Amino acid sequence: MITIIRNFEIGAKIGLGIVVMFLLAVFLGPLLSPYSEVEIVGNVWESPNAKHWLGTDNVGRDLMTRILTGGRMTVIISLMATWGAFLIGCPLGIAAAVVGGWFELMVARAVDALMAFPGLILALIVLSAIGTSIPTLILMMSVLASTIVFRLTRAVAADIVAMDYIEVARLRGENMRWFLVKEILPNVAPTLITEFGLRFVYAAILISSLSFLGIGIQPPHADLGGMVKENALAVTFGRSAPILPAVALSFLAIGVNLVVDGVLRHNAKLDRRK
Amino acid sequence: MPKTSMTGLVLKRLASGLVTLLVVSVMVFVGTEILPGDVAEAILGQQATPEAVQTLRDKLGLDRPAAVRYVEWLWNFAHGDLGQSLVSGREISDLIGVRLHNSMFLALTAAVIAIPLSVGLGLLAAFFEGRLADKGITASTLIFVSTPDFLIGYLLLLWGAVKLGWFPALSRLSSGMSIMDQLHAIAMPCLTLTLVVSSHTMRLTRTAILSVMSQPYIEMAELKGVSRERIIIRHAFPNALSPVLNIVLLTLAYLIVGVVVVEAVFNYSGMGRLMIDAVSKRDMPLVQACGLIFATVYVLLNLTADILSILTNPRRRHPK
Repeated sequence: MITIIRNFEIGAKIGLGIVVMFLLAVFLGPLLSPYSEVEIVGNVWESPNAKHWLGTDNVGRDLMTRILTGGRMTVIISLMATWGAFLIGCPLGIAAAVVGGWFELMVARAVDALMAFPGLILALIVLSAIGTSIPTLILMMSVLASTIVFRLTRAVAADIVAMDYIEVARLRGENMRWFLVKEILPNVAPTLITEFGLRFVYAAILISSLSFLGIGIQPPHADLGGMVKENALAVTFGRSAPILPAVALSFLAIGVNLVVDGVLRHNAKLDRRK
Repeated sequence: MPKTSMTGLVLKRLASGLVTLLVVSVMVFVGTEILPGDVAEAILGQQATPEAVQTLRDKLGLDRPAAVRYVEWLWNFAHGDLGQSLVSGREISDLIGVRLHNSMFLALTAAVIAIPLSVGLGLLAAFFEGRLADKGITASTLIFVSTPDFLIGYLLLLWGAVKLGWFPALSRLSSGMSIMDQLHAIAMPCLTLTLVVSSHTMRLTRTAILSVMSQPYIEMAELKGVSRERIIIRHAFPNALSPVLNIVLLTLAYLIVGVVVVEAVFNYSGMGRLMIDAVSKRDMPLVQACGLIFATVYVLLNLTADILSILTNPRRRHPK
């Protein structure tokens, strides 16, 4: 792990720095802040000043504290949705590659149907029916993203299943569970880790977009996208209150993407050396 | 493998596209029906009397089996009868008419700017692979891919409309406007959409061209001493045409999603905002109608991309 980080290019190191700083800020920052994210401590849309480093929001709460707690919400929801997607997609993908037959066909057709139209539109349709509570949002995002995880896992696992050492393991009569955990999972892991990063960014932007549109996370909870919506009017007065939460989100996304790019390039280099 | 006729292949793809459309319509219908109670309870809420719920159920015909309602809904839809909005009671086709036109106007204007621009830049990045121009283009792609659509929108709004005052902050179209006024009104949402999709398209074009340029027959042509222009025009371009056409259509499909967020930023009266309003008011027939229209356009664009790729790429006529 440490050697991988040492071998990173400069871009990936910067990315890692951004991600670590972002996580430290959103998880420790709110504890150090003198304000709470719900208390009204000033006038509406104050400009940045010594007391409020980023100014105040649409009802006079400290914007910096809000962005930190909102960022924490975005990170937690996106992580849970991404975990969910992998919990659904990985086992199905590996199973499809190993079992094959009608099982593979059925799951693959269902995934094709889910991917036949844009995720945001499908999300809107489903949310109009089941409502927007945090558990339903996470569940829906997990199912949507699991389609891509499924396809990837199946493709990678299918390559591995065709290799000689798997044949040997089968002939040796290893049981299915051992076979999956010890032989296949370690070999699909590197691909899945980078995919986790990409899915995480996608989830963070999707949940923020939904909240921005007013059908994601509902008040009193708030995430970065919701804050953009709350403060949207400030733009017409030339203030940057709605832009700052979006910039925070963008930072997180850029950081993760840089790390993913670095890992991908690192893996590609290893492949070439073989 | 026997040679398959081109018409046969296209017809096969058309048939599978039709099946996809049917599946999508089922999903739109089922998607709005998966709640525990039914639509009537959802609309009226917890406090509604059972009589009120039953009246609404009768009005919507919810007591009949879902399959019957689905077929009826699809049949009416195919004949242009989209039903009535639950909230305003108006004909959905009236609500959609102008907004669909507005959204198309916005998306197509953005496409006209974005596609030549991004395909051109993608080509540029591919020709200067590894050099400064390429690195700059690739880096800006990373930033744009990581930036939520609404951030680009608000940054443009803050600078273009509020600080510099070049363009109106609210993008309103009215019937008496000349085409220039209309273009001026949608300048900022259009620019936002362009920026949102361009990075995507650019990256795809670059990869497509690079993969063609790394083929052995290009190297062969170079070794033969064919000039670079001739290689690009005679050898590389015809083979890059199919992936690039595909990318153009995928860009159009991507615009559909972009429109939803961008319309919300600029308060532009289009399909995206109509659908968002319908979702937050739980106006199911309107959600279904908007969802089906978005999905149909998306599926049709993908279908066109596939058929064009069959027509322009001889290799696809010989499936392995």
